[in-house]
Amino acid sequence: MDARPTLEQRQLEDAAVRLIANHGVQAVGDLDDAARRSKLDTALEQAGWRELRTGEPGEGPAASGVEAALVARVLARGAADTAFVGPLLDHDLLRRAGVEPDGGPFTIAVTSDLGALATDPAGAVAVDAAGATAALLAVPDGAGFRLATAAIGEPTTTVDLTRAVAQLAGPATPIDGASLTADDLLAWESLAVALTAADLVGAMEGAITLAVDYARERRQYGAPIGSYQAVQHLLAEAHTLAEGAYSAAVHAAWAADALPPAEARQAAAVAKAYAARAARTVCETSIQVHGGIGNTWECMAHVFLRRSLLATELFGGDGPQLALLAHERLGAR
Amino acid sequence: MDFLDAPDEAEFRERFRTWLADQGDAIKRSHSDDEYWTSLGDWHHRLYDAGFFALTWPKQYGGHELPATYEVIVDEELAAAGAPPKPSLGYLIQGFSRHGSDAIKERFLPGLINGRDRWCQGFSEPDAGSDLASLRTTAVRDGDEYVINGHKIWTSYSDVAEWCIVLARTDSDVPKHKGISAFAVPMRQPGIEQRPLQMINGITTEFGQVVFDNARVPAENMVGEPGEGWAFAMTTVSHEREPHTLGFAARYLKAVHDLEAQARATTLSSAQAAELAWAFTEAEMLRLHTARRLSEQLDGVKHGPEGSIDKLLMTWAEQSVGHAALALGTASAIAGGSAEGLDFYLYSRAQSVMGGTSQIQKNLIATRILGLPTS
Repeated sequence: MDARPTLEQRQLEDAAVRLIANHGVQAVGDLDDAARRSKLDTALEQAGWRELRTGEPGEGPAASGVEAALVARVLARGAADTAFVGPLLDHDLLRRAGVEPDGGPFTIAVTSDLGALATDPAGAVAVDAAGATAALLAVPDGAGFRLATAAIGEPTTTVDLTRAVAQLAGPATPIDGASLTADDLLAWESLAVALTAADLVGAMEGAITLAVDYARERRQYGAPIGSYQAVQHLLAEAHTLAEGAYSAAVHAAWAADALPPAEARQAAAVAKAYAARAARTVCETSIQVHGGIGNTWECMAHVFLRRSLLATELFGGDGPQLALLAHERLGAR
Repeated sequence: MDFLDAPDEAEFRERFRTWLADQGDAIKRSHSDDEYWTSLGDWHHRLYDAGFFALTWPKQYGGHELPATYEVIVDEELAAAGAPPKPSLGYLIQGFSRHGSDAIKERFLPGLINGRDRWCQGFSEPDAGSDLASLRTTAVRDGDEYVINGHKIWTSYSDVAEWCIVLARTDSDVPKHKGISAFAVPMRQPGIEQRPLQMINGITTEFGQVVFDNARVPAENMVGEPGEGWAFAMTTVSHEREPHTLGFAARYLKAVHDLEAQARATTLSSAQAAELAWAFTEAEMLRLHTARRLSEQLDGVKHGPEGSIDKLLMTWAEQSVGHAALALGTASAIAGGSAEGLDFYLYSRAQSVMGGTSQIQKNLIATRILGLPTS
């Protein structure tokens, strides 16, 4: 047992940190800078991280869930406004069905409440859809599921200013490939849930760094507000929540590959339930520490809060995850 | 990153699991009554004699020199078996190891590790709680001895301990942090009086008050140099804040397993089910956080401020389990049924105070980790 990232995993993380330092969103105004966003998108494409979960049919993915989670965390910390988790999960699902990616860029379609992979195009929405032309869903087929694609409309940002959502614009067209079992989809969902937890960890860390920097600079009563215990305790609690969330999230990302699907899904539920509750507190704390400015559009705090709201609902927040745990562990309804 | 056992770890886990299955009555079901606390000494001997305690400590003192991550296996298997946690002594062992001379280590570590000698910790005083450095207990040199006078409180297991590690002021003419020394004081002597404290869940044997009235200790029993007591205390409490040192992830998972067993036999409301699932989430988070921290020690033990983060996470986990116990058991306890869950809940309120309050942990996290300015 060694729960530390390996040297290679740390190098990957460092590379993601550099990419964000060069092209990430530093201020709310950066969200309108199309040239910067294009550079970020190109850099991510060149890094090949959206393909971390591709692989030859019958073989494993190019990288484990841990690598995917570490990148997701760093991108969220930098409020990266380009697609990552959606295309990565699209590739992962295609690999499980033994299908080569073809005709992308794709992302995934989820149910209208964002809580699960779409099995029916009616009401489904494509998430993390920036740059995508179609979305992947899994339609019931006998005892299993068959992958299908649907064209999507123009992606627009909604509550999350950093990631686009699009309506499906066409019927589901089945694609060739193996039938997937419910267990295949459960394993995939475990990774998906774990990655949203990692995304929440990054959003928390971004919100905390923002607030800590502000608390060092902002002066009231003749001293930095960060010297007052009332403010210190808010930030200390936020930091501690993010640390606990990280410990559970990377384990869930590891479990998605290493444990049987039912166990991996419980690990994901633990990580997501913890991260979802933590992220709401942490992002709200960031706004509170900023005072009035924290409630204005120009402060980055709401960008992290909004990102965490989408990441929370995507594949279910703490409510659905706790209900799953209660059902699995207690047989509760 | 890999949470699976390596072959050696898997062999150890199997051996420990097999041993646990044979322990029968030694594995008590109750959490926090007096019988449980007094039986912990017996549990320590059993674990040590079978080779399952002091896994990471030097062989010279009775340890096994295994990697830190073996402690994760011990905690997980103790929880799975519903067994008591391992004895919470790691922080004292850290204090002796880091600050004691070779003579002190050779004299005291074997008895501490094998459970022959029981220890208590005389740090807090009625007027020196969070502000520990303001302590007023004095140690005055008298020939080859020091004479100790003062009043200690929250001294866990002082009633059964043979030894107390006492912080006392040896120099009043220097700043308060610099005039404190640490002593290994024999408890069985006329100058020491015990006063048990009854806690809010009714237990009387864990916490005590100890009054030193001209108690005597040989000068050679000083741990570290004169004035090194504060550094000794900081080493000790920084590790006392770590759930892996205490084995508490196992304690919480065992409590959650007990509550789940109770829940399966009844019908829970969805609110109760969510409360219990949240307690499981917190306990699991702590298990995984502990695995991460122990992995970080594979290249050597660090003595940093991160223990304050761990202490808060541990506190939140314990108090979440306490709230779940309350949600499931209050009505039956009030009606005169089993009060076990209520006892766990009441005991859990101490976790945000003992070993440094949550407020103090947040001060440390803010200033030592986040780098916020001190006022």
